[in-house]
Amino acid sequence: MTISFTVNGEERSVDVDPDTPLLWVLRDELRLTGTKFGCGIAQCGACTVHLDGSPRRSCVTPVSMVEGSDITTIEGLSGPEAEAVQAAWRALDVPQCGYCQSGQVMSATALLQQVSSPSDEDIDNAMAGNICRCATYVRIRQAIHDAAKTLEG
Amino acid sequence: MNIHTSRRAFLSGLIVAVALPGLARAQQKSGAAAFFNELPEGSGEMSANAFIRVAPDNTVTVLIKHIEFGQGPYTGLTTLVAEEMDADWSQMRAAAAPADVEKYANLAFGMQGTGGSTAMANSFMQMRKAGAGARAMLVAAAAERFGVPADHITIDKGIISAGDQSATFGELAEAAAQQTAPEDPPVKDPAQFKLIGTDLPKVDSSAKTDGSAQFTLDVYRDGMLTVVVAHPPKFGAKVASFDDSAALQVSGVQKVAQVPTGVAVYADNTYAALKGRDALEIEWDEAEAETRSSDAMIEEWTTAAKAGGKWEVVKTGDVEAALEGSEIVEATYVFPYLAHTPMEPLDAVVELRDGEAEVWMGSQMQTGDQGTIAKILGVENVRLHTMLAGGSFGRRATPDSHFAAEAAEVAKANGKGAVKLMWTREDDVQGGYYRPLTVHHMRAALDDQGGIKAWDHGIAAQSVVMGTPFEAMLQGGPDFTAFEGANELHYAMANHRLRWAQMESPIPTLWWRSVGHTHTGYAVECFIDELLEKAGKDPIEGRLALMGDDHPRERAVLERVAEMADQSGDYGYGVAVVKSFGTYVAQIAEIEDRGGIPHVHRVWCAVDCGLAVNPNVVRAQMEGGIGYGISAALYSEITLDEGGLIRQQNWDSYRILRIPEMPAIEVVIIPSAEAPTGVGEPGTPPIAPAIANAWRRMTGNATRRLPIIPVA
Repeated sequence: MTISFTVNGEERSVDVDPDTPLLWVLRDELRLTGTKFGCGIAQCGACTVHLDGSPRRSCVTPVSMVEGSDITTIEGLSGPEAEAVQAAWRALDVPQCGYCQSGQVMSATALLQQVSSPSDEDIDNAMAGNICRCATYVRIRQAIHDAAKTLEG
Repeated sequence: MNIHTSRRAFLSGLIVAVALPGLARAQQKSGAAAFFNELPEGSGEMSANAFIRVAPDNTVTVLIKHIEFGQGPYTGLTTLVAEEMDADWSQMRAAAAPADVEKYANLAFGMQGTGGSTAMANSFMQMRKAGAGARAMLVAAAAERFGVPADHITIDKGIISAGDQSATFGELAEAAAQQTAPEDPPVKDPAQFKLIGTDLPKVDSSAKTDGSAQFTLDVYRDGMLTVVVAHPPKFGAKVASFDDSAALQVSGVQKVAQVPTGVAVYADNTYAALKGRDALEIEWDEAEAETRSSDAMIEEWTTAAKAGGKWEVVKTGDVEAALEGSEIVEATYVFPYLAHTPMEPLDAVVELRDGEAEVWMGSQMQTGDQGTIAKILGVENVRLHTMLAGGSFGRRATPDSHFAAEAAEVAKANGKGAVKLMWTREDDVQGGYYRPLTVHHMRAALDDQGGIKAWDHGIAAQSVVMGTPFEAMLQGGPDFTAFEGANELHYAMANHRLRWAQMESPIPTLWWRSVGHTHTGYAVECFIDELLEKAGKDPIEGRLALMGDDHPRERAVLERVAEMADQSGDYGYGVAVVKSFGTYVAQIAEIEDRGGIPHVHRVWCAVDCGLAVNPNVVRAQMEGGIGYGISAALYSEITLDEGGLIRQQNWDSYRILRIPEMPAIEVVIIPSAEAPTGVGEPGTPPIAPAIANAWRRMTGNATRRLPIIPVA
């Protein structure tokens, strides 16, 4: 079955089993490998992408559901919030193993797009679905606050 | 790829490379210190000390013999070279060294591999010497070109100069490669360090922030099949028979084959492989399977810990005589099996060609993995690319190379071509290689002054090492990884006995971040805390008194953490100090009682790891080690139900730490001129006992079985 959608601004069509999770379409078919597999059941957030502007776990999103949608992956992430988040991530050397960080950056960017100056509680709520087994959480929290300050100008 | 070298340069370690492909996208843009995802072509011919490449484009690439999975060797080892070369940090690159034991052995192991927090310690002088040698050759080349004596040359931030003449490393690279390498170049006096000891930006942060960093799962080869294996539901079970007819009907499934570890499904893509596996019908032979429940095993282990076991590891004084007639304090501590669950599940890509194989894998024990693959495939030449790995915490350091073996078996059953073997999270959680289930039984008696008259300690646990190719390292002795941390105590004990009972099960066990210290640190530091409380002593003053003058570095971290911690809040406070892998760490935890459940609010941490090569990396490892330890202290447990089925499947049932549960952490590094020791593991052991001690002092409840919050 052919399914069409937009990824990082480009029109894409894939001919796959409609049940296929979006994660595996992005990785196996489109070779956008920045989006990671961690659990397959929406527990860890390593596979987070933006679907029509909202964070979404691509590992539990059948590709048939994204027909006509607009998807952004870490490779296509842009805009002031994304730039502020990624700059803060680099400045604080947030990543350790780095495997979860695409998902962390996607969730953090979505948070700042919704809430310009998040509290610790806002951060907890928005980021609780993103596991970091290296436990870089102290720096993730700080980097989000730093990015928010950068955006305030 | 064109490499200009002379034989002398080959042996010296200075290689001039004309072009270096494979540069990660992010670093090309940024011009900052960075790393290569893939080793440049031609590197397989590099000589024994070939750790450094200087390219005409003025980049300096350091070949890193250790795997990078977050603990920082790419940055740390590159720093050592940059320091001795007087390079500019922005021109530095790191790349994975090939798997080659002749050239890249861990000097602490005698084989290539990473573990025991040894990466920095074993590389410290080796990489500095390599950098100093490269510097000497650049200086000699500059002396010729400038027409001045070598001692007139200075180097600062990668610029070589004498008077008004100057050149970059890149400009002199080709000429330097023709110079004779010094046999034993002098290294800097630490007082001259400019880069070592500073918070240099990590080489891998950028690529790990924009998704460009390449892990094994990101490797795709032409015509590659993705493979998942159906493993037995119980440890020790085997395939009796299987029906693959439904699996083969799944669109995209190409093949099903039995391998020694189960039934492998090969497909054009991951989803087809997973669906194919779900469609398999397998009968398992459970004759040899582990069918005991965790509860039954704990009962057996407890009996064994009390009996003492056959290995008497420590026998100082006469414990029985000292306990005789005294009031005996007793405690039994129970530690469950634990999975490591690194973010990236185990995976490998194997491409089999005529008489050779190429492998991409986050290999932590390259020598064993490479040899295992070669043997199974029957090929001599196995080119192993050590990929970035999404965490490990010990999981990728398997003495039996079981995952490399499964990948090789899967490739062998397929024949020529490329396969990617991937474990799912369920395979990972249920796949064994756990931290051993361990029971400690402890007895002690106090003397009249509140000192400890006798300390009797029994540990029951499986061996991680015995029965594996690593057994030779024990030299006929007991498996020290089962009790390390309980044998050499930093508290005075006139009468001390430690015994280990080796337990047996088909469940494979493995080292888990900080190995034996994860449980011995807990048992010792919780029991000592209870004894001090019983004797009416302050937990910090009491510990210092028992340390005496023989343990200055333990004292220093404990005194420092006590200064740092503000214990005036309306919370519970607990302390622990553990030395592991040559690094000393003391932590104080501040605990909040949230409706009968402990929440770790804040943690103070003092660490002495000798010279801190990159203090920011040291702090990060303490933060991460604490977070990893909190998961085990509060939440995580692998349990076998009656019959031997594992209750947990994924992170929904195997609970680990999430951001709302992460405490604020303050880390102080004790200044030191001692040689650097590791930091990947030592942050973990003190946190669980610090939390448990805080909880006990706050609520009166001593936690004798982890996790503190029982699994539902």
